[in-house]
Amino acid sequence: MSGRWWTLLAVACLSLAAAADDRNPLAGDAKAAKAGEYEFRINCALCHGLGARGGGRGPDLTRAVKKHTHSDADMFQVISNGIPGTAMPANGTNGQGVGMTDEEIWQIITYIRSQEVKAPAKPLGNAAHGKELFYGDGNCSMCHMIEGRGGRLGPDLTSTGGSRTREAIIDSVRDPSRRLAWGLSESTKEFPQEYESVTVVTADGKQIKGVTLNEDNFSVQIMDAGEHIHLLDKATLRSFQKSRVSAMPKYDADVLSDKDLEDIVAFLVSVGAK
Amino acid sequence: MRGRVCGDFGIKAFNHKVREERPRRSRRNLFLGLTAGVAFALFSRHAFAQVTSERLVNSAKEPQNWMTYSGDYSGKRFSLLTQINTGNAPAMVAKWVYQTGATGKLETSPLVVDGILYATAQDDRAFALDARTGRPIWMYQRQIPSDIRPCCGHVNRGLAILGDKVFLGTLDAHVIALDAKTGAVIWDVVAADYQKGYSFTVAPLAVKGQIVLGVSGGEYGVRGFIDAYDAATGERKWRFYTVPGPGEPGHESWEGDSWKVGGAPAWNTGTYDPSTNQIFWPTGNPAPSNRGEGRAGDNLYSNSLLALNAETGKLNWYFQFTKHDEHDWDATQVPVIIDVPSVSATGIDTTTWAGGKHLIAQADRNGFFYVIDRTNGKLISANAYGKTTWSDAKDADGRPVANRNASPTLEGHTVCPGALGATNFMAPTYDPQTGLFYVTARDQCDIFSTAPQPYEAGHAFYGSAYFPSEEAEPYRGFLKAIDPATGEVKWKFEHTSPTWSGVLSTAGGLVFSGDAEGNFIAFDAASLKPLWHFQMGGAVYAPPMAFAVDGKEYVAIAAGSAVYAFGLP
Repeated sequence: MSGRWWTLLAVACLSLAAAADDRNPLAGDAKAAKAGEYEFRINCALCHGLGARGGGRGPDLTRAVKKHTHSDADMFQVISNGIPGTAMPANGTNGQGVGMTDEEIWQIITYIRSQEVKAPAKPLGNAAHGKELFYGDGNCSMCHMIEGRGGRLGPDLTSTGGSRTREAIIDSVRDPSRRLAWGLSESTKEFPQEYESVTVVTADGKQIKGVTLNEDNFSVQIMDAGEHIHLLDKATLRSFQKSRVSAMPKYDADVLSDKDLEDIVAFLVSVGAK
Repeated sequence: MRGRVCGDFGIKAFNHKVREERPRRSRRNLFLGLTAGVAFALFSRHAFAQVTSERLVNSAKEPQNWMTYSGDYSGKRFSLLTQINTGNAPAMVAKWVYQTGATGKLETSPLVVDGILYATAQDDRAFALDARTGRPIWMYQRQIPSDIRPCCGHVNRGLAILGDKVFLGTLDAHVIALDAKTGAVIWDVVAADYQKGYSFTVAPLAVKGQIVLGVSGGEYGVRGFIDAYDAATGERKWRFYTVPGPGEPGHESWEGDSWKVGGAPAWNTGTYDPSTNQIFWPTGNPAPSNRGEGRAGDNLYSNSLLALNAETGKLNWYFQFTKHDEHDWDATQVPVIIDVPSVSATGIDTTTWAGGKHLIAQADRNGFFYVIDRTNGKLISANAYGKTTWSDAKDADGRPVANRNASPTLEGHTVCPGALGATNFMAPTYDPQTGLFYVTARDQCDIFSTAPQPYEAGHAFYGSAYFPSEEAEPYRGFLKAIDPATGEVKWKFEHTSPTWSGVLSTAGGLVFSGDAEGNFIAFDAASLKPLWHFQMGGAVYAPPMAFAVDGKEYVAIAAGSAVYAFGLP
């Protein structure tokens, strides 16, 4: 390797090191935070909600502890490149927003940091009791899994407490049909699959009820209450009925008190923060 | 190679068999004569012959080739090929797949000339394939700067071909000519400054020795334009600014200096009428796209259809679909030239087509289907073809006008269609056999909330944000067949979720389209009943096209990261 190449390599390594150490040049700048608010509305609010408090789709970013990002540099990296395996896209690729310059990304980070103080510091409930309820009388674990334990019919809730707002979690428990949970998200597809309920009658008259794991114009993949997966061609079915009434029952206050629900939220948050 | 190309015409029993299998149609007679006349051309291949302007004008004489974005100058995206038809479509199989290696949205519409398929992929890739096998002959990828700012992905919608060159508009706002046989760069000219948000994603159109294309950048406050370049040298022949400057007609439709950053890009391929030497090119949103404050007026020529003299670029007439747009409803949908046959045997009741027979039709992003007299730009009809809430009245000309509640507000409110529109760039098709216009449509409403921004060169310039409205969930996606004579939606097929696929119709009585879940589907054009499908494993953002090589018909479409070709077993 020639001396010139060594020089180039050294320069490249230095630049990388500089990038990794990057601190937000606009940290604490109120004007930058304001500019970031508009950038946030255009580029991020679609999923993270106006005010960064989570739209029920994307995580609540007002929480001081975030799952994927600790430092400003982490946040810069996540906004720039997205998070593989999640719905978080790389800068400029989400079909909303035109993408941001480095400066605009720092403005957004400044804005998010300015919002963080407004989030409640601690969950209001008792996480240990919430865990008892989740795996016991609450019957949550019949359909939901947390850290490998529980059922498969509903969404895995391991990361939910780390990404959803308290309000969004409460809303999902009290009125699960108001906003169906997202399921499988395919890399090239605009919309993720939702946890829709489905009832089909097969050609031989057998009725199958469950949730859709995935669906296209011609086929559907269903999980029934017994966690059996059914792979079906729509053309062969006697009937195919989808419903946006969630398979999850409504947990009204007379079934689950506000206090118990708060405890379950505390449990989810304690797991999600890991 | 040459032996293969010039050899065996492969006529065989193809034509007779096909005609027997095809269902009888009342309007078939029109096409039988034409099909017979082109039978020889269908199977002979001009081995690497120059693609002349005459060949482009007379493209119907060589239906085995697909030489412009929409297949011909009219924008119909209708193939005269009949080998694949309603009788045998259920037997279709995949013939080959070409992996581009690109990620993101593959929006390309391939060209095929004399057995070679030319297409593009993200990040300004271009390639030529053996259209029988999908094997690459050459590949090109432009080294694009890292700071390009295309609004909606590093996409490209295809090439133009003329002479022995193919032409590409690039993401850094260059226009380049590549050698059609090697992919080598023949010329490369700069159209605009990409750092100010100018880019090209459009498939150019070759017209009379010129390469015509329109710029992208409506989300950056560019001043939109349509350019024509000499295909031989790259010299710019004319530029039409879609936002008029001081002293020009239409300039008064902009408040103050707002025209300087007025947007009105022109990022989808227009059409051309050789008989009147007019180019019809649609334009996009005014900037900032979702905020009207500061740009009071109609904002000409945003969201308009422009009729330009092909040689001079001078404006003959315009029709503005959405005045003073505040919802990002670019009118950049392919404007389709339709000549209403005067023969009653066609089955079309021409008496309902008031106002002339030389028409141009567009299913607009704002949710209305417009039929316009293309001799003078006068509106003939405008009818909603999907969910719309922004207009409940029409002006004296019959043009839908916005109601008072349509503007975005600080707290946000719901308007249908949403910002992505009732349709978008997905290419439609007009099938002269059924007399129907087929378009991919979606019902989605958005909450439009203002987010004022100062203009800064090269930075996003929206003025508002939009969020999907939960009230309207789930969003519904359709393939719709519109009767241009009445504006009525005659048939519709509801997809599992909204798709970005374009649509193709063929003389085989078929309509082809793709879905967001990766299926490529053949429909009966007469009912939109699916006859066949194939799961391609990636969502579709591109339109289908058809071609023939060695006497065999293929239908091709891009999906996921690949280009697929289908045919009969």
